[in-house]
Amino acid sequence: MSKCYFDHVATNPLNPEVLSAMMPYFKEDFGNPLSVYDLGMRARDAIEKARSEVASLINAKPSAVVFTASGAEANNFALRGIALAKQNQGKHVIVSKVEHHSILNSARFLEKNGFVVTYLPVDKHGLVDPDTVKNSITKETVLISITHASSEIGTIEPIKEIAKIAKQNNIVFHADGVATVGNIPVDVNDLGVDLLSMAAHQFYGPKGAGALYVREGLRIVPLIYGGIQEGGRRAGTENVPAIAGMGKAAEIAKSELDKRMDNCKKLRDRIIEGALKIPNVYLTGHPEKRLPHHASFVVEFIEGEAMLLMLSMKGIYAASGSACSSKALKSSPVLLSLGVPTALAQGSIVFSLGAGNAREDVDYLLGEFPQIINRLREMSPFAKGWGEGTEGEKCYTG
Amino acid sequence: MKFIHGVKADVTADIVYMMCPMHLLKLDEMIKGLEKGQVLEILTDYDGALEDIPQWCVRTGNEFIGMDEDEDYYKFYVRKAGNGQ
Repeated sequence: MSKCYFDHVATNPLNPEVLSAMMPYFKEDFGNPLSVYDLGMRARDAIEKARSEVASLINAKPSAVVFTASGAEANNFALRGIALAKQNQGKHVIVSKVEHHSILNSARFLEKNGFVVTYLPVDKHGLVDPDTVKNSITKETVLISITHASSEIGTIEPIKEIAKIAKQNNIVFHADGVATVGNIPVDVNDLGVDLLSMAAHQFYGPKGAGALYVREGLRIVPLIYGGIQEGGRRAGTENVPAIAGMGKAAEIAKSELDKRMDNCKKLRDRIIEGALKIPNVYLTGHPEKRLPHHASFVVEFIEGEAMLLMLSMKGIYAASGSACSSKALKSSPVLLSLGVPTALAQGSIVFSLGAGNAREDVDYLLGEFPQIINRLREMSPFAKGWGEGTEGEKCYTG
Repeated sequence: MKFIHGVKADVTADIVYMMCPMHLLKLDEMIKGLEKGQVLEILTDYDGALEDIPQWCVRTGNEFIGMDEDEDYYKFYVRKAGNGQ
């Protein structure tokens, strides 16, 4: 049986070159980067090299990159750090409804602590309208945070336009780049963002390493207090192997980006074309403005989890919306915000591609997927009468 | 403590929200990059700096010019001495 991994937005396998770059810091170069002797110096050098490589991937100055333990930490750091630093100027924050939980839950934390948060609606493709951002700004607004792309629906947001609006109004702008950095070109200067989150395992680096880009001169309150690591902005002895791995992964991502995107895009389009031939299967997210490695759908009358289970029995690994909603068997708030009906949102499925996927994998998927859907529909009470000319539940026409 | 206003600094180090001992590390790092007679301005909200920065100047031979206050942080001014670090 083939094994086809189509869940690259969940995580990626570690690039073997990245593992090699990490190994010395597990073994002979195990020193604490703050130690004055040579062991410490070598660990320190590894961190600074990684900082330069990560900065180069997003066209930033190395000093603007703060390493964290994850993309979620970077998002928490951005929202809480900027909101607290700016609270004397105002207590209003703007986010969208298609943000990752690490943004939405940080926003909820801020609400519990006296901030007012606006959750911006999106259109049926998941796009934030820059005019809506503009109209939501008040005298109290100190921070806008919009995802660069949603890992659930793949839609790439108009970050450049929103950044311009933020700048015109002297408001700090953060973009969650966890799904984009290393997967599509990201240039912090071209985008005009003040802060940008990223995670190494989204581009074949290790888990346990992330970073927040913080534009020079921007004050931010640390999330973790302690030592002087990361210039006092993020305390804790650094995860040197993971940071070194993130740097190597960034270096490789920069050189292979075009090739990776081209390969994924072809396969993605093939999946979309094939899946949409199945009756009552609908694409979620934007048809064009979407991540090159992302194909997401809702399938009428059946449940995402059941599809995942049957696909996995065939050696095909995919996802059903965000990991959190999926585990909680909860309708995805992102899909509901697009106007997808609650029952249909339960039939969410996401295929995300990576460097290891080939055309044969996609052909195998497209051979199995329609059969799995048919078998599940045969068992589904919601599909009763479907296919016999009787009306089923109202379908999503997005 | 000597309070002063309107000092023109050659270089500013903004470490507002950064905790101890960042004020001393930054001071040490930045002063090394200055010419003799140049003035460094340090912006910090760390209360311990009120004692630490003047003491650091005594210890290193650099001149503590004085301090100023903004709405929610302090401004410290240090002039690099010829024989300072």
